[in-house]
Amino acid sequence: MIGGWTGTVLRVNLTRGTIKKEPLREDWARDYVGGRGLGTRYAWEEIDPTVDPFSPKNKLLFVTGPLTGTNASCGARYMVVTKGALTGAITTSNSGGHWGPELKFAGYDMLIVDGRATQPCYLWIHNDEVELRDATHLWGKGVWETEETLRKETGVPDTIVASIGPAGENLVRFAAILNDLHRAAGRSGVGAVMGSKLLKAIAVRGTGGVRLADPRGFMAASWAMKAKLKESAVTAEGLPVYGTAVLVNVINEHGAMPTRNHLETVFEKAEDMSGETLTDTRLVANKACFACTIACGRVTMLPGEASNKFSVSTSPRNWKIAGEGPEYENAWAMGADCGIGDLDALIKAGWLCNDLGMDPITYGATLAAAMEMYEKEIISNSVTGMPLRFGSAEALLAMAEQTAQRRGFGNLLAEGSKRLTARFGHPEFFMGVRGQEFPAYDARAVQGMGLGYATSNRGACHLKAYTVSPEILGIPKKMDPHTHEGKAEITKIFQDITCAVDATGLCLFLTFGVGLEEMLPQLVAATGTPYTMETLTQVGERIWNLERLWNERAGLGKGSDVLPKRLLEEPVPSGPAKGLVSKLPQMLPEYYQLRGWTPEGEVTAEKRHELGLP
Amino acid sequence: MAKQLRIVPEKCTGCIQCELACSFVQTGTFQPARSLIRVHLFDDQASYAPYTCFQCDEAWCLTACPVNAITISPVGAKAVIDDLCVGCGLCTIACPYGTIWYNPDTHKAIKCDLCAGEPACAIACPTAAIEYAEAPAADWLGPWAEDLNKTYSEMQTASVAHGGAQ
Repeated sequence: MIGGWTGTVLRVNLTRGTIKKEPLREDWARDYVGGRGLGTRYAWEEIDPTVDPFSPKNKLLFVTGPLTGTNASCGARYMVVTKGALTGAITTSNSGGHWGPELKFAGYDMLIVDGRATQPCYLWIHNDEVELRDATHLWGKGVWETEETLRKETGVPDTIVASIGPAGENLVRFAAILNDLHRAAGRSGVGAVMGSKLLKAIAVRGTGGVRLADPRGFMAASWAMKAKLKESAVTAEGLPVYGTAVLVNVINEHGAMPTRNHLETVFEKAEDMSGETLTDTRLVANKACFACTIACGRVTMLPGEASNKFSVSTSPRNWKIAGEGPEYENAWAMGADCGIGDLDALIKAGWLCNDLGMDPITYGATLAAAMEMYEKEIISNSVTGMPLRFGSAEALLAMAEQTAQRRGFGNLLAEGSKRLTARFGHPEFFMGVRGQEFPAYDARAVQGMGLGYATSNRGACHLKAYTVSPEILGIPKKMDPHTHEGKAEITKIFQDITCAVDATGLCLFLTFGVGLEEMLPQLVAATGTPYTMETLTQVGERIWNLERLWNERAGLGKGSDVLPKRLLEEPVPSGPAKGLVSKLPQMLPEYYQLRGWTPEGEVTAEKRHELGLP
Repeated sequence: MAKQLRIVPEKCTGCIQCELACSFVQTGTFQPARSLIRVHLFDDQASYAPYTCFQCDEAWCLTACPVNAITISPVGAKAVIDDLCVGCGLCTIACPYGTIWYNPDTHKAIKCDLCAGEPACAIACPTAAIEYAEAPAADWLGPWAEDLNKTYSEMQTASVAHGGAQ
């Protein structure tokens, strides 16, 4: 067995109620490393790309990497791979916390869930013993209560739970899977797929260990990387002290913060929701995922009055204690994108999204699109039930609950902004790609991100080619964010490297402090496979192309790499990026050429052969 | 003055690098379930507390051992001598802190021995929440227990004043 792996895959068929253990495909583990790569390879083999995301035939894969569960800094990740409910594309959503390592400690490299149960159920994995249990009593409950209940029910206090909230149960198309209360496989609707299978939760407790090929070599490599992380301004200071919201002021000052559904790119209340303000006023402590030496998690608290400012009906007892967030992305989506600068409202809405189990990025961006339609009098109170003006914190809180419960106007928001705007005849207000809303960087002000969004296999995403690093933060070296030149090349490189990192089981945030070459020695020592920078980058390229091929088979190939008209034709009205539009049409042909694809962006037979793709 | 493990829960982020380091020393793998130091995550209170044997002066484990298999090592740790230990488990019952265990694989008692003066947990801790430093035999549970005791007696007094527990 390759080091880092247990060698066992757990397969659960909910239709038949069967649980099977089978050997891991070691050849795939070698060629695709693990995590995102291994999951995509299994998905290629097992998930029909043309199937409806909610069909019992869609499968849900929970995949660890070879470094998941080791003491490599940030070796906490598991990847959820499935056909996304929001996008219809292949999705790879990953999460930290302790769940991925726990699955490995229980003895499994990955879990494949197939079929659909006849009534709500949950999976209880306790080392060798695995059973499906009734979850009727948990249906309708929030994520936080579910975790607490399951820990009592299993009788094992160290049980780690991944579950869905009401949003997943109600097939909200951007429902998430949450673990450790606040960690989420957040985007593309993986939680809705879980809900469609009537699978409420997966509770895991494992007492085994992770065995490596070269333990001594691994320890030396892991120490070297931790030392590097201690030297970086971002991973040693920015993230632990201010969290991801340290970006709020930085991005806003660059005029790259999409505001009010991308009508503007500078938010006048950014300071109010910045990482600095959060740290000064609402932060209790920073918190780490499993084995993480960065610790960017924000434990926040709303004292007395701030807690009661917005009344919500969901799990009222939970609002008195500490929760987590907001992170940069949800502060932006529910904040700037909706014109809301009230930090307390954003904290509460973030907690609400975690407890209800939905993606705050798509929720915020969908509400922003609805707000634009409301302001432009395309929809009115008779449809929405309440005023949806930009800047309304009341609407943000109220609609979050309605959306998760699919009540009233929330039932339409629950479909995501592409379907919502199309329903009212204004698809031009949808700000996203492949049905998934943009994250918090305007593609006109950060040109590389535009290309990354348009070509991202899981729909618009900040985690698949974060060219903000060179374009704004100057990591590894500074590039001009306003020009499109050189962006095709850097986007391709970032996409491939990101795929490789996502395959290891490590967290992408490491890349703020170290490069792939610094992660490589750990991977080699752990697995015993002599990867080199060249072969590992090729693994990344292999993964990217396989995802692309899967999407082509799903009917999302040629002609789907597009951005909304607003970004291509409406220049930024003010701020540092004033006058710019996205130069996507100039970047795409160069990108396709660098990828070795056809001028229409199709993967060629030669490329498939070169990468050893099926 | 002997060196001790000094634990400052306020600095802990809950990353469990200490558990991973300790289990690596015990087993050569990463297996938190076998770690001799445990981090308790109290999410409700945003508090994370590493917890292990603090080599207390009373040494109940040592006193209870019927075969003198627990000794004081050169660095001042109470350490199990595997060759003498018969695996009776009396020490695990005697320890008021619950920080000595029975290892089902070896059928021996197992506890923190400060890694012979280079404790892996302290070295691994990225935030210096665990330090190996010269300090008087720390009774770091003392103040906490005292606080708890006070709260408890206050609660009892209050409960009596209100006519007994409801």
